[in-house]
Amino acid sequence: MKEIVIISGKGGTGKTSITASFAMLGGKDIVVADCDVDAADMHLLMQPDWEKSEDFYSGVIAEIDQEKCVKCGNCADVCRFSAIPIIDKKYVVNKLNCEGCGYCFHVCPTDAITMKEQNVGKWYISNTKADNVMVHARLGIGAENSGKLVAKVKNEAKRIAKETDKEFIVVDGSPGIGCPVVSSLSGADFVVLVTEPTVSGLHDLKRVYQLVKKFNISAGCIINKSDLNTKVARQIEKFLREENIIHISDLPYDETFTKAMTNGQTIVEYDDANLKNILVNSWEKIK
Amino acid sequence: MKIAFTTKGTEWDSIMDPRFGRTEFITLYDEEKDELTNIDNRSIESVAHGASPQTAQKLFDLNPDVLITGNGPGGNAGRVLAQANLKIFVGAGNMTVKEAYNAYKNGELKGF
Amino acid sequence: MKIAIASGKGGTGKTTLAVNLASFLAESRKVVLCDLDVEEPNSGLFIKGKLIHREDKFKMIPEWEKDKCTLCGHCQKVCNFHAVIQLGDQIMVFPELCHSCYACSELCPVDALPMIPQKMGELKQFKKEGLSFVESRLDIGQEQAVPLIAQTREDLDKNFDDDFIKLFDAPPGTSCPVIEATKDADFVILITEPTPFGLHDLTLAVDTMRELEKNFGVIVNRHGIGNNDVLTYCQKKNIPVISKLPNDRRIAELYSRGSLIYQKIPEFKKQLVNIADYLLKLQEEGIR
Repeated sequence: MKEIVIISGKGGTGKTSITASFAMLGGKDIVVADCDVDAADMHLLMQPDWEKSEDFYSGVIAEIDQEKCVKCGNCADVCRFSAIPIIDKKYVVNKLNCEGCGYCFHVCPTDAITMKEQNVGKWYISNTKADNVMVHARLGIGAENSGKLVAKVKNEAKRIAKETDKEFIVVDGSPGIGCPVVSSLSGADFVVLVTEPTVSGLHDLKRVYQLVKKFNISAGCIINKSDLNTKVARQIEKFLREENIIHISDLPYDETFTKAMTNGQTIVEYDDANLKNILVNSWEKIK
Repeated sequence: MKIAFTTKGTEWDSIMDPRFGRTEFITLYDEEKDELTNIDNRSIESVAHGASPQTAQKLFDLNPDVLITGNGPGGNAGRVLAQANLKIFVGAGNMTVKEAYNAYKNGELKGF
Repeated sequence: MKIAIASGKGGTGKTTLAVNLASFLAESRKVVLCDLDVEEPNSGLFIKGKLIHREDKFKMIPEWEKDKCTLCGHCQKVCNFHAVIQLGDQIMVFPELCHSCYACSELCPVDALPMIPQKMGELKQFKKEGLSFVESRLDIGQEQAVPLIAQTREDLDKNFDDDFIKLFDAPPGTSCPVIEATKDADFVILITEPTPFGLHDLTLAVDTMRELEKNFGVIVNRHGIGNNDVLTYCQKKNIPVISKLPNDRRIAELYSRGSLIYQKIPEFKKQLVNIADYLLKLQEEGIR
């Protein structure tokens, strides 16, 4: 079983459109995991049937039992996150601020504070139009710990792949360099970096690759909109050579990406020519 | 000598787990007693962060002389394991436990 | 007045809007632009100002003092983040897992875990003509963006008075970093694309802003591609559409080079004028 994670550092580079195309091409040989749980969009292209859903609990936040509270203020004093304001003369927990560290719980003299597990979102197992199973999720508003939900989605995908004897897991990774992308990367066998030849694209590629390097995972790169700026495209190619990253393919600037998406289709379904060929070849190289 | 392996199963024929922090099992071979024992580490899956230190903690309690694994522990685990006075060998990710043990005995594994 | 520019989906033009709007406004007003996308800060690629200040930013983490420690194990027990672990006769701290809650440190019976500063990133301040620009950058390997975003906001409050129009380039998504970045904004601009992805992520961002009880409006970028669903959605939900930025390959090309757009593309500038008018009117009406 090979786990392929597609990330981009920067948003809007076409990562999800490309991942969905691979999900289409992989067909029944793969399990798909949408780990971009902050802005999970792949379902818009894969027509999942939302067969199974489950609430996801992660992390804890404090809850104050007003009956037991003697208003000593210890909890508010120790809280470093301004999460226990006084409202209407009562100490209450601001859920968006609470980090779940539990310090207040330890200093409350009357055991008025409990640490409650949080419902931070939902995750789903679906059958898609590509004849494969997709694991995806939706993070609650302002929820924390998307890293844990990412781990959950990936582990479920892995479990299904193992049970059904699939060759590949294709993972749409999270953006940035913080906890969600760390969770997306951990355990991966191969990373596909999707970038674009813009100064931001190059900048973010370099940053996210520093993180990939820490994981010792081999990587390849797809340059999308490659003809947008040939000078920056060359700089990207140079960076790829220096870092021994496989240059998988170049995709031209093409509004077909948007048109396919607007049609609810992946590029390989919508476009029967150039883009499709490049993506088919890319997938052959990656797997 | 006590030799620890990161594994995906509990037998000599089990496949090694290339990951350290998120390894499914830690398998321990005690050469003197000729005994193979296991720790089930699968609960680590639900941990989003800090898997390596927690796994390292379990390994630390076993007090092995040698660790054989695949990719090599990341920065955090490396720091913990440095405390354990342990020889680490990597590159056994695609082998069975038996093959990994033999490779180690023949000096074919890379030190970490 | 504080204005945050956010979006559910990445790559919809947050940074493009932030740098162009800030530069344009700075032609006639006092403006500071602050890049709070500390994981991938990009605004600085477009505003090549003069560096006037640089400082390291720290978070507080516990440091083990072996001599004082009685190995009671309480620290390990109270840490909900597994950032403090006891190994035999050693206590180990994992800084990137630490949330700086101080529980282990202050609950240690013998003060063996004092809190010490550890670098998590750096803040830089630039000046380019009338525009001040502040950027914070998280060190690679640091997983928590929120503390750096919070400190950067505090810095801005301290160093720039209320005469300034403060523009924040927020991180993408709807989770904790975005909330931290938009927390004290008087107005939030949500920028999106008129595509199914854009619409889907916009609805999440709108839900988040409603939850935070923020004033907000929408700017549609690359107007002309995709379909009308975003506009229909905004109309139905009574969300003001402040502006529609044109879809033009030349804009993408200028962006790719790190150039400002409004000086070269009149239609884009026209839209910026509208946006500026909208915001200044808000300010007059007392949202500040």
